[in-house]
Order: sequence, then structure tokens, then C-alpha cells
Amino acid sequence: MSTPQPHPGAPARTREQVADLHFMDARYKLLDLAAFLDRLDRAAGGEDHRIRGLRAALPLLLEKDEGRVARILHLWSDPSVEPIAKADTKAASGVWPGLK
Amino acid sequence: MRYIEPHGHMVSRTTDDYQAMALAGCAAICEPAFWAGFDRKSADGFYDYFCQLTQIEPRRAAKYGLPHYSWLCINPKESEDMALAADVLALIPEFLKAPTVLGIGEIGLNKNTRNELKVLEQHIALAVQYDQMILVHTPHLEDKRKGTRLIMDCLKANGVVKPERVIIDHVEEHTIHEVLDRGFWAGITLYPESKSTPVRAVDMIESVSAQRVWLNSACDWGHSDPLSVPKAAQEMRRRGHSAAAIDRLVYGNPVKFLSQSPRFKDPAAQA
Repeated sequence: MSTPQPHPGAPARTREQVADLHFMDARYKLLDLAAFLDRLDRAAGGEDHRIRGLRAALPLLLEKDEGRVARILHLWSDPSVEPIAKADTKAASGVWPGLK
Repeated sequence: MRYIEPHGHMVSRTTDDYQAMALAGCAAICEPAFWAGFDRKSADGFYDYFCQLTQIEPRRAAKYGLPHYSWLCINPKESEDMALAADVLALIPEFLKAPTVLGIGEIGLNKNTRNELKVLEQHIALAVQYDQMILVHTPHLEDKRKGTRLIMDCLKANGVVKPERVIIDHVEEHTIHEVLDRGFWAGITLYPESKSTPVRAVDMIESVSAQRVWLNSACDWGHSDPLSVPKAAQEMRRRGHSAAAIDRLVYGNPVKFLSQSPRFKDPAAQA
């Protein structure tokens, strides 16, 4: 367990208080994610870049340091820096398609 | 509780939403121009839309005691058509004279294309020419980090734009620090699925100096919640934030930013 590093803008709170507020919310979201992975297992065909990206992010959840959300968002981001010539869609998929 | 909804696409909401927002403590609504869910075929469609934003919607909001303000532009999703963009940009100066228009927005990028970037540069030049504030839309999901950096570089390259008169909206955990570090305001958009949830937004608020941050629902025709700002305030209360800190974030900060336009009137000062 990491050393507590409260943010200056946050009222002081214990981990028990955080769990009291948010554990059930995190619990159902984790079960939903597990159910999603099970559902994928039951489906035919290969996995596209979105699922690969999701699987690549899972180990980041178990890292010790704070900043997991930002690290996952960086992982899924387009790393290029130049504007592209033309868009072939208006929508984004959630994970950069080039992610290996 | 009182709050400002600084980014809501009310043309796509029902009057029930105005009622619910007023009951929840909303004191004013600001509406940036956006994508209608389909590409408009000509500038005439935008002319009608700008009339709706500057004439019809303020009247609809007033029935619920809500001041309504707007921002004007052609949004990035329709900026790929450079000829259409030029026609729409030519319309905007006429509508900037309307008493409830606060500036140019929501401009920015969608898929980070060259044409989108050119139209963004033209919008920024228009804002400078008419001394207007700027509200920026940043791209979605995997395109956000790159697009946010391109947009900030573009704003800085203009050389005249004051970052304190620009809000970069839809920031998330991987972009908020860069936006604030470069002197801009940051908007956190509260969506049920994409962008940020109220709970994550409060986490972000607790991790930064929130002096140049606002929260907004960006409620529109998609999956969105016009009451997400008061729900974030409720989350802050649950975590032990003071009433003063909540008021500063959901009311004081938007009033501070928006009051840089002489058009915006602090609702508390009007009471």
C-alpha cells in the first residue's frame, strides 16, 4: 500500500471514509468489466484495437503510484504530433488504432 | 445552492430541462455553437442556427428566469469543408452585435486535420479582430491529447490572444495540467460515459489549483445530463468540501471568467 499523499485542495479523509463513499461504486464497475471480458470470450472473431487497448491498460490498475487514470489515457492517446491530411471519420474509437 | 451552466446545448434540450436546472439552482446558461448531429449543407443553415442562439433560445430560457448567453462559430466537425467555413465565418460579425453573445466558440479540432487547423486559425483571427473571448472544444478520446496540444500551440502562435481570455474545454486527467500550466482556463465536461464523470471531476479539482477551472454538462442531443454540475457539487459535499469552496467552483469561477465580457452580467448582482 502506498504512502498517503493527500492533495492540498482535498479535505483530509481516511481510506475507510473513501471506501464508505465509493467502494460499492467501484465494486459494481469491476464486476461489469469482468462480465464484459467474459462476454468477449463467448463471442466469435478476433479482437480489435479497442479490446487490445483495454487489456493493455489492465496492469496499470495495479501500479502503486497515483495517476492511474492519466497513465491509461496517455496509453490510449495518438502519439503523433502533426495534423493529418484528411479525416476518414468524424468519430473517435477510444483507443489509438496503432497501439500494439 | 447556486451555479452557472457555462456550456449547455439547450437548442437540443426540452423545456423540462430548463425547469429542472432552474430548480437545481442554475442562475445562468451559456451555449456555444456546435454540431447538429449532421453536416449542414450551406451557410443558410448556420444563419438560422445563429438566429436561434441569439434570439429564440434567450426567450425560451427567460420563461424559467434564466439568462441565456451564446458563443458563435462553425464547429470543427464541419470545418473540413473550407468553402462552407469561409461562408459561415463571414456571417459571424453581424451576430457578434447581439447583446447576449460572449465570444467565439466552441472552436477547436475534431480529428486534428490540416483543414480543421486552418479554420481554427481563422476563428482565432476573427476573435482577435473583434476583441472576443474564446471557448475551445478539444477532440474526443484518443485524439484529445494531440489535439489539445495543437490547439494551444495555435493560440500561442497567434501572438495576441491572452490565455486568460480562453477556456480550453473537455479537459481530462492527461490534459488538465498542461492547459493550466500554459495559462489558459480549463473546463471539465461531465458526461455519463465519455469525458469525465462528476466523481473523477472532483478528483481532478482536488489535485490542481482550481482557480481557473469550471465544470459544465455540455448537455446536448446525445447521452448527457443537464444536472451534472449540481451532481458534482453534491459529490463535493459528500467529501467534506465547504459550501464556500463549492460555490467558488460552480458559481464564482464561471462568473469570473465570463465577466471578462462586458455582455455577461453576474446574476447575483442583478438580484
